[in-house]
Amino acid sequence: MSAPAEESRTMKEAVIEVKGLEMSYGSFVLMRDLNFTIGRGDIFIIMGGSGCGKSTLLKLLVGLKRPARGEILYDGVSYWEAEPEVQERLKRRFGILFQSGALWSSMTLAENVAMPLEQYTTLPPGQIRELVSFKLSLVGLGGFEEFYPSEISGGMKKRAGLARAMALDPDLLFFDEPSAGLDPISARLLDDLIIELSESLGTTVVVVTHELASIFAIGTNSVFLDPDVKTMTAAGDPKRLLKESPDPKVINFLTRGEGTRQR
Amino acid sequence: MIPSELKIDRNPDGALLLSLAGEWKLGSAIPSPDSALAGPAAGEKAQRLAFATDKLEGWDSGLLIFLAKLFAICRRDGVIVDQSGLPAGVRKLMELASPENQRTGITHGGERPPFLVRVADAAFAQVKGFKEVLAFIGEVTLAFFKMLRGKADFRRLDLIVTIQETGAQALPIVTLISLLVGMILAFVASIQLKMFGAQIYVADVVGIGMVRVMGAIMTGIIMSGRTGAAFAAQLGTMQVNEEIDALETLGLSPVEFLVLPRMLALMMMMPLLCVYSDLMGVLGGMIVGVGMLDIGVMEYVQESRSALNLTHFLVGLFHCFVFGVLVAIFGCLRGIQCERSASAVGYAATSAVVTGIVSIVVATAIITLSCQVLGI
Repeated sequence: MSAPAEESRTMKEAVIEVKGLEMSYGSFVLMRDLNFTIGRGDIFIIMGGSGCGKSTLLKLLVGLKRPARGEILYDGVSYWEAEPEVQERLKRRFGILFQSGALWSSMTLAENVAMPLEQYTTLPPGQIRELVSFKLSLVGLGGFEEFYPSEISGGMKKRAGLARAMALDPDLLFFDEPSAGLDPISARLLDDLIIELSESLGTTVVVVTHELASIFAIGTNSVFLDPDVKTMTAAGDPKRLLKESPDPKVINFLTRGEGTRQR
Repeated sequence: MIPSELKIDRNPDGALLLSLAGEWKLGSAIPSPDSALAGPAAGEKAQRLAFATDKLEGWDSGLLIFLAKLFAICRRDGVIVDQSGLPAGVRKLMELASPENQRTGITHGGERPPFLVRVADAAFAQVKGFKEVLAFIGEVTLAFFKMLRGKADFRRLDLIVTIQETGAQALPIVTLISLLVGMILAFVASIQLKMFGAQIYVADVVGIGMVRVMGAIMTGIIMSGRTGAAFAAQLGTMQVNEEIDALETLGLSPVEFLVLPRMLALMMMMPLLCVYSDLMGVLGGMIVGVGMLDIGVMEYVQESRSALNLTHFLVGLFHCFVFGVLVAIFGCLRGIQCERSASAVGYAATSAVVTGIVSIVVATAIITLSCQVLGI
């Protein structure tokens, strides 16, 4: 996170490299031959229709599920071939926002955000408290420290989940459907928040979504998964894909099924 | 790591200039914000605050919480903060975390009511809970009669699956517990009976004890823990997922559709499990009797047969039938009452087991007393 925003982003180095990845449930192959690179500071979108394996790909990227074939390299290190200590260190770099926030319901928001800090740092309790308050106010929830997840709305749960995901100043943030279940204004605010965090902290962000508005508003790079051919069929800046992609399926997806370029 | 440094100067226009150098990261010795404003170099109280960060090597949340505390002090003292000297990323984050950007308008819990009010609330909650139980039993009874007339809506497949889950799949644990309870009864009885040379009556104690009441109680408690909890968790999860609301909007009664098959299954399977449990208990007694008290196998069987009669057997079956209804009713009731969170499902399952076991013990007391009065 030491990389300040002013740093030039023209030459992006690869943070995550996916090589020949195949994902499957048992003998059922979901996707194969996935090859793409996520650069430092990217807001990378994983897109595709419902049920094509977007969330599964995210699970693979955060090390919750083992790939059937192929590998995922983080700064050149393969997660599944690394020693347990290295895996632990890699996990510390990840911040994950699950679809519904996944806050622990028996803990207050402050305890939820404090959990990763208590687990992975040796900071004194006073400093942890200050940090927790600051992270909550970063997502607009200052003053909600003592609330339980059941006492706040869905959008606020997502924001609190984001505060928890950012607790350890991760350099990789993963989002699973951040705008699902939010009204358009809250969804827009969350998108703005993602952009601001990525720009000011230099965080690399990976987002699973099929909200077109979000895809165009925040995405700087993307991959499109096609369940019919069981592999990725396009990659790159979504705005550029809309203009230049020769694949009618990609165009169809990016124009809500209208099939013609309007931009 | 390069240590963090703070230099405090005064600008020609009277503003306080804080020059930050080195790395301002969590875990490094970051100066306290009070010293920045009230340090000796600061001299007289300043009206404005500015920053110079050209020597800043790196930062993370450590710098951000320092600034958050500093800005809070400035707001309190009316000091104007000029943020233009800070890195752009820091400025943006400080703006996001500013008090103007916080959600408001939601209040938390409220004040704790006085003691007497809480006592009254608890009492009313008990009454309400009791009414809910009565209403639920009423609904289940109505649904049951509707089923007898062949008009209840439920899937026959659900009934068959539940019968399998509550019947055949419960056999291993019923075997283990009943066998051990039979052996324990035989051990305890043998110590007393041996003193009179009356070991053979172990068969009577175990036989009557198991068949009349213990077989039923053990089966009831096992099923409460195994099946009652499962019912509460299943229906509770369905409540969380709004599946029960979906049934209601379709015009289907959750009591008929979900509770009835579960209750029928338990009403049918519990007496069968009870018979099996009786048999296992007597077998357990026989293992102790034959193995340790030198009673012959045929001798033991003969003594058991002469001790037992149909009344004992039917009283045991009646117990178990009642327990089946109780376990099903409380399991399903707690599931349907479940609130919409993960911890509520856990609470529903726990509550189903506790209520189930308490009701089993109370029902046993009532039935035993009634049998005594009626001379059965």
